[in-house]
This record gives sequence, C-alpha cells and structure tokens, in this order.
Amino acid sequence: MAALRKLLVRPELGAVTAAIGVFVFFSIVAGSRGFLTTQGTANYLEVAAAHGILAVSVALLMIAGEFDLSIGSMIGAAGMIIAIPVTKFGWPPWLAILVAFAFSLVVGYFNGWLVVKTRLPSFIITLASLYLLRGFTFGLTIALLNYTRASGMGAFLSGDPLVAIFSGAPLGLKISIWWWLGLTVVLGWVLFRTPYGNWIFAAGGDALAARNVGVPVARVKISLFMLTAATATLLATTQVIDTGSTDVLRGELAELEAIASAVIGGNLLTGGYGSVFGASIGALILGMVQQGIFYTNIDTNWFKAVLGAMLLAAVLLNNYLRQRALRSR
Amino acid sequence: LKAKFSVALALAASFVLPVSAFAQKKPHIIVVTHGQVSDSFWLVVKNGVEQAAKDSGSEVEYRAPEKFDKKLGCLMHVGQEEYVAGKGAGERMKAQGVTKAVCINQEVGNAGLDARAKGFKDGLGGDVEILAVGMDFTQSRNAFAGYLQKNPNIEGILALGPTGSEPALQALQQAGKVGKVKFGTFDLSPTVLQALDKKEMDFAIDQQQFLQGYLPVIFLSNYIKYGLLIATNSIPTGPGFVTPENAKQVIELSKKGIR
Repeated sequence: MAALRKLLVRPELGAVTAAIGVFVFFSIVAGSRGFLTTQGTANYLEVAAAHGILAVSVALLMIAGEFDLSIGSMIGAAGMIIAIPVTKFGWPPWLAILVAFAFSLVVGYFNGWLVVKTRLPSFIITLASLYLLRGFTFGLTIALLNYTRASGMGAFLSGDPLVAIFSGAPLGLKISIWWWLGLTVVLGWVLFRTPYGNWIFAAGGDALAARNVGVPVARVKISLFMLTAATATLLATTQVIDTGSTDVLRGELAELEAIASAVIGGNLLTGGYGSVFGASIGALILGMVQQGIFYTNIDTNWFKAVLGAMLLAAVLLNNYLRQRALRSR
Repeated sequence: LKAKFSVALALAASFVLPVSAFAQKKPHIIVVTHGQVSDSFWLVVKNGVEQAAKDSGSEVEYRAPEKFDKKLGCLMHVGQEEYVAGKGAGERMKAQGVTKAVCINQEVGNAGLDARAKGFKDGLGGDVEILAVGMDFTQSRNAFAGYLQKNPNIEGILALGPTGSEPALQALQQAGKVGKVKFGTFDLSPTVLQALDKKEMDFAIDQQQFLQGYLPVIFLSNYIKYGLLIATNSIPTGPGFVTPENAKQVIELSKKGIR
C-alpha cells in the first residue's frame, strides 16, 4: 500500500494515465491506418521530441518559479545564426553552431539577470525578448538575404565534426528523439538527485526562505534561463540540419507548446512543484495528438478544436487524479 | 489575398494630393497591405514597390497595419484572382489524368488560400481532400507523411504555398514517391524552383507579384502627376505556370528578389 500511495502522489501520474488514454484512442481509431506502424510511431515521436527538448528545461524553470516566453523566438534566431553564415559566408557548420549556442547563453543570462535584478515578472521580461529576438531575426535576415528563408544547408554538412551529434537517425529514430530522452534522464536526475535540484524546488517554493537558508536563488534562476535558451538552440540545430533550411518564423508559439507540455505533465504554473519526466510525458501527449489526427478520418479543419479538447481533457484528468491522490495521504 | 492588397493599394493612394495640384513636389504614395514583410512573397512585392518608387521618382511608404478603418475609392485592381488561379491548377492536373488529389492548406481561414482551394476542387472536378497543416516544418512534414501512409493511392498534390510544399516534398522524398505523384504548388521559393529544375515537382503557379508592387505605384504616380490613367479597371498579373522547362531562368530572377 505504501508503494502504491507513493506512486499516486507523483506529479506525473495524471499525465501517464492521459498518455495511455490518448494512445489507446488513436490505436482504436487509426490503428489500421498507419498510426501503429514503425513509421507512424517515429513520426509522432519526432514531433513530441521537438516539444520535449524544450519542455524538460521549461519544467525546471517553472519549478523555480519563472517563465521563458522567448524560446520560440530563440529557435528562429539560432536557426538563422547557423544557416546564414554557413550558406552565405561559407563558415564551417561547427563554428556557426558554437556561435549560436554562445549567443543563446548570453541571451539566457541577460533574461535571467534582468529578472533577478528588476524583480519584474519573467513573463514580461521574456515577452520583450520574444519580440526583440524575432524582430532582429526578421530585420537582419532580410537585410542579409533579401529573403525570409535560408535553405541549401545540406550541401555543407558532410564531414563536419559537430554536425554528427545533431543529425542522423540511430535505430530508425531521429536524433532529436535521442536528445529528448537523454535530456529527460539527465535533467530528471539533476532535479531529484542533486543539491542543485533541491535548490530549484526551494527557489520556486519560497525564494525568500530559500535565500535565508543559503540557496543561491539568483544563480539558480539565471542558470535555468541559460538552459532554456540553450535547449531552444539545440532544437533549432537539429531542425536546421534535418530539414536543410530555416525561415524567420521558425519556432513561433513553441514557447506555449512547451509550457503546455510541462503543465500537462503536472508542473504547476506557480512553481515549487513538478517533474521533468512529467513534462516529457506532456510533450508525448501533445505530439501524439498533433500527428495522430492525420491518421484518423477526422476532417483536419477541426484539428485545433480536437487538439484543444484533448489538452483540456488531459489537464482535467491530471488535476482530478492529483487532488484525489493528495487527499488520500 | 492579392486582390485585397491591390484594392488597398489603390485606396491608399487616393488620399494623396488632388490631381489638379499638378505636383510640384514628388508624388507621395502610401502602400497599405495586409501582408507582413516577413513573408517572402510580400518581400518581392515590396521590391517591386521600391523599384517603381525609384523609376517614377515618387516617395513611397510601405505599411502593413493591423486594422483597416479607412474607406476610400478604388481605381483599379492589379493582381490575381485566387479562385481563377486555383481552378487553373485543377484543370491542369485534370488534363494530366489526376482524379484523386489532396490540397495542402497551411493556413485554413485565410480567405485567399481558401479561394485557391475551392478553385482547385472545382477545376479538377474529381475527389479532392483539403488537408489542413500548420506552419511548423517538422509537424507539417510528418503530418503529410502520415497522410501518405493512410492514402497510398493519391494521384495529385497541390500545396497552397511554399510553407506547405517544402515539407510535403521532403515527405515524398522519404516515402520514395517523388515523380510518382503529380505535384504542384502556389508561389515560388528557391527550394521549389530547384525541385522544379530537378523535375521533382510538376508546376508552380506564379502570380508575378513583383508587378503587383511595381505597376500600381507607376500608375498612381502618373495619375497624380499628369492625371493619366489607363483605360481598364483590372490588370491580371497571373496565373502563370513555372515548369521544369523554364525553371532555370526564373531561378536567376528569384535570386534578385524579382520573382
């Protein structure tokens, strides 16, 4: 019984149940039309990975009590920082990738530093970064390319030492899926097994109390903003290499999908509670729903309505299960 | 889509100086559109506007406001009727023997795109399904891969713009179906042009939107300066078809932002 109760109070229980529900739903409705095939599975896992790579870092930041709305714009910016120098100026891809990551760390540091210094809500600070990054991406891309899309990366990639870890499909699954799984394991371990993980919970639970017992709250928050910006760049890198192109709108609304994944996965919007594994399950649900509908006979004009309804159902189920579990304690 | 743009352009210009003033100073023309410059299509329109401003010696402002709250007259329509262009694509595919086709719409609810889709349906006259995808490349590509799995017998594909056709092209490549399905798109992009050149796509519908930016500014500047206006109220700039045969020329012009 004790083991069962321990399981029931885990934040990701609702999400896991919802994920099974969504999987069963599509298996029944679309199982015979390709949803259950290897290719169908690889398809929705890749879309889930795009949400998941962001969601695992966003979950940590949310647990620490902050938001990062700028990661979608960061994807667009990082994609261009990689694609333009390579395709237009002949830089080796590894150099462009390193510059993109360095840039993202600076942006993340800046976001975090502003939030900590000004004590303004991170929602507002990073909303400004969202517009700033997207605006600079538009402006600079058009100034440099006289076009909004950079393509033709494919010709420059072979033999590059850094490209290898961001491309390919080991065991038939796109590299982004492996990054997603790897990040889930590593960040999940950091959250639950290290002092730094405890600091994250403490910073989001009660920042003042945490500071009083010696938790470096500012450092924790700033480093997490750097992490979210870096994971956005990681996603942009795998996508630019995989698709061979990028455009100035890439990543739009990704920040909301990442927050949605984290919330479906049992992370609280108010901070102090949540899990990395849950966020990954949330991303899986989102990916399954987004791709699953194309295997069904549901008219795709209803796509957004179906997506909204399924998300609502997942969150409600999650909430219901968590409250029951907490009451039973 | 473009119809609206052109009307708006004529509208905008009619609140410039009255003709009788016979402008001592430069004609001042405001181009009002609903198209963001972030869209590569509108960038070419804007290049047309800028070239015309240079050629006619006018002062031109390019604006894409969120709201349209001015009512003005309209002199002329320069552009492409979306429905007619879609119908042209449908008829072209029908002539190639396609009876079952899918139309990829990356922005359901955009009136211009919906008119293209309706025209395509009517022009083909056969079985046409509208597939609503999003703007995200990976999601859109994998969604179309799923659609191909579910519908292996599809004969024709029409994408309503490069945002839909580029992911669809990759999905076709991954499924090993390039060349086995008739594949057309609206509007050009470097990737679309390369695919046409390699015969991976059959046609792209081009509406020569450079002229949609260029011509109205030229017409209006002459109207403002001299009161001269050509005697028609509609100038169609499309649909024109770019095919593997003429793709190479178009690629050169596309690099200059003219097509």
